[in-house]
Amino acid sequence: MKQFVDLYKQLDETTSSNEKIALLKNYFLSASNDDSLWCIALFIGKRFKKPISSTQLKQWVAEKTNLPYWLVDECHHIAGDLGETIAHLAYTNNSEKNILKNLNEIIIEIASLKNKSDDDKKAFIKEYWNQLTKDEIFIFNKLISGSFRVGVSEKIIIKALSIAFKIQENEIAHKLMGNWNPFETNLNELLFSNQTENFSKPYPFYLAYALENELNNLGHTKDWQAEYKWDGIRGQIIFRNHEIFIWSRGEELITHQFPEFEHLKKHLPDGTVLDGEIVILKNNELLSFQHLQKRLGRKNVSKKTMEELPAAFIAYDILEHQSKDIRQLPLSERRNILENIIPSNNVLIHLSEKIHFSTWDELKEIQQKSRTKSAEGLMLKHRNSSYQVGRKKGDWWKWKINPYSIDAVLTYAMQGHGRRANLFTDYTFALWHNGELVTFTKAYSGLSDEEIKEVDAFVRKNTIEKFGPVRSVTPQLVFEIAFEGIAFSKRHKSGVALRFPRIARWRKDKSISEANTLDDLIKLISQHV
Amino acid sequence: MLLEFTNKGIYCPQADVYIDPWRTVDKAIITHAHSDHARWGMKHYLCHEKSKAILHHRLGKEINVETKKYNEPFTINGVGFSLHPAGHVIGSSQIRVEHKGEVWVVSGDYKTECDGISDAFEPVKCNTFITECTFGLPIYNWHPQIDVFNEMIRWIKQNEADKINSVIFAYALGKAQRIIQNIYPYVEELYTHGAIENTNKILRESETNIAPTILINKESDLKKIKGKVIIAPPSAQDTPWLRKLEPYKTALASGWMTLRGARRRRNIDKGFVISDHADWNGLNSAIKNTGCETVIATHGYTEIFSKWLRQIGYRAIAEKTQYEGETADISNEIA
Ligand SMILES: [Zn+2]
Ligand SMILES: [Zn+2]
Repeated sequence: MKQFVDLYKQLDETTSSNEKIALLKNYFLSASNDDSLWCIALFIGKRFKKPISSTQLKQWVAEKTNLPYWLVDECHHIAGDLGETIAHLAYTNNSEKNILKNLNEIIIEIASLKNKSDDDKKAFIKEYWNQLTKDEIFIFNKLISGSFRVGVSEKIIIKALSIAFKIQENEIAHKLMGNWNPFETNLNELLFSNQTENFSKPYPFYLAYALENELNNLGHTKDWQAEYKWDGIRGQIIFRNHEIFIWSRGEELITHQFPEFEHLKKHLPDGTVLDGEIVILKNNELLSFQHLQKRLGRKNVSKKTMEELPAAFIAYDILEHQSKDIRQLPLSERRNILENIIPSNNVLIHLSEKIHFSTWDELKEIQQKSRTKSAEGLMLKHRNSSYQVGRKKGDWWKWKINPYSIDAVLTYAMQGHGRRANLFTDYTFALWHNGELVTFTKAYSGLSDEEIKEVDAFVRKNTIEKFGPVRSVTPQLVFEIAFEGIAFSKRHKSGVALRFPRIARWRKDKSISEANTLDDLIKLISQHV
Repeated sequence: MLLEFTNKGIYCPQADVYIDPWRTVDKAIITHAHSDHARWGMKHYLCHEKSKAILHHRLGKEINVETKKYNEPFTINGVGFSLHPAGHVIGSSQIRVEHKGEVWVVSGDYKTECDGISDAFEPVKCNTFITECTFGLPIYNWHPQIDVFNEMIRWIKQNEADKINSVIFAYALGKAQRIIQNIYPYVEELYTHGAIENTNKILRESETNIAPTILINKESDLKKIKGKVIIAPPSAQDTPWLRKLEPYKTALASGWMTLRGARRRRNIDKGFVISDHADWNGLNSAIKNTGCETVIATHGYTEIFSKWLRQIGYRAIAEKTQYEGETADISNEIA
């Protein structure tokens, strides 16, 4: 445990990627294989069932410290992180610190709490709180509460593993994907076993950066393939050993949410892996992302849902053909194979259209009209590009259309969590309607640290009322809110729901009377369709 | 009421005198020389003798300053006053006010742990205690300073071995000298930024013992400054002055460093939890030791802290002041 706690602390205290890689490499080489496996699982964000609720933890720490529950709750709200809050509250420096168990042992003990009574759970937790140091209590709480976020990206883990065990990075990336379970496997099996044993395993996705240069700098138009960028879920369809698996880009197995794709067994050759977009396509019309979300939210999909919200796959690329990994082939060759295997006139699967263009100006016009196709912009891919791992610059670019935007008035503010605890960073905005301001969306981020401080000071000086952590403020500040999509919604007071709302800029030049109206917003919906 | 909260500051009507006012008044008693407590424009200032030089440095040579020693009684319009050590920074005082048998104490900023350079906090019996509560939440529990300084020295030694400078950000009056006094036996040379050196100079002139430090200026041979300790104010972060001292690691010494989020937000390599304010236990024990019935909380988590005090049996209210630190932002931990 101590070794892992030290690792966490050191990772937390450096901003340098190289230093993080070195720390992790040293850990992988010196910790036990079991602990290393857990370290990987925790840091890449594998989630486990919580055996204990946050409320229970707060109650027990209130009990232990003789503090009222509301005070523990206030502390949690201000510190932002429950594990950290409890570490500061529960730590006592008079007890003996003598828990010498390793990470693996503690995790197994925590997992076995699942079937215990609340009293047993409490006794277990309190025993640990008494015997651990403050840093250890923090990590222990994190293990219990099931969420583990550190400033370590998967890329860093992969690099560290690659150096430590002398395995190629993209091979490790592939091995870490998929639904391996640290309770059921071990480090050797994960890293060194033959990968074909696990038929469900997807390839790491190749992700594009947003286009940053002038189009002309990309060179010849004939070197580039342009496609629409669809607003669905990026996914992989895997057909191996007579079985279909569907993976989302978030590395979640979503086969059961889309049972219709089972039929693809009849239409695709075995030993195929496709990259594409899962969308809802009804009578040849692409429905908005909201409809897709309804499908994702359901564990069991009924026939009725499938009829109302039929899913389809728009294939962008082929990664495995005749059971061979073909990611190193140039895109033009992969595209030829793809065109050959995608059946025509099939409702379930479609080939992503190649856009014909001869000049960059022509493409620009197409890009600007892409919303009429319900696309969110274009993708540009170099014809010679291989299918790479992760987000890489150069060969692939995404070229999104400008988002919608509207000027709105700040009406409520809430304190942030974690990095921004103590600052008012979460805002709610309103638009004019019949002479009143009507709340219509929340929006985060998009402001600089300086601006956040400024808004924070404004909120403190202009609070009208406090509702728990939320404050209503004098309407005075105007912000431009950008968003990607918009739809009618019964659940929202304003009657509309936005997709990806964010603050584009602070309109210090505008007074609240110049903010937009709800009608202005609703007009955008009709443009959308 | 013996003391009132007005829009100019804490006011004693019988004596016609203000304590730490934030607007221009005739007569001001100043708890300590931090800029949010000692403001410009008063006709007459009264403070502890050790605050005088800094007060002149900050507010001008021409201001009219009268000084007192700790525990030296004086009267204004029949109201009895005296200053008592607050342990916050050099010269910091609690103000005791007595009239017709009723005693109020204004804590100013204080801490209960002795830091080795300020006179140690002294509990003063009173009926009403006006307390700060910058860190008035039970998550704020300081470790003994010796443990923190040991950790700091280990960090410095590691950087020294890596030939990397250790830049420690600390507030110019108080925190900086506290660090200097506690680490100088373990390091060969201590370098300072101009803002820190100015304060050191003034304190040395007024006969406060501060270990020798070396100012970094245009004439300094930067090649020699490798693997050294540099004390700088937080405002020096991301300045060209600091960039010349690369390679370095940064640390911030502040009570706010308790929370990981606060450290991340400041983009600092290392946080040392050292504060010149009382922690949760310090606040609670200080209040208990005054034997008071009424507490007025200012300066910090006033609402939460006074609610807590009411729950454990005090008459307690929260009052708004213009002392900083309420924004809970590290850059404002002037206090
Ligand atoms: Zn102060
Ligand atoms: Zn203060």
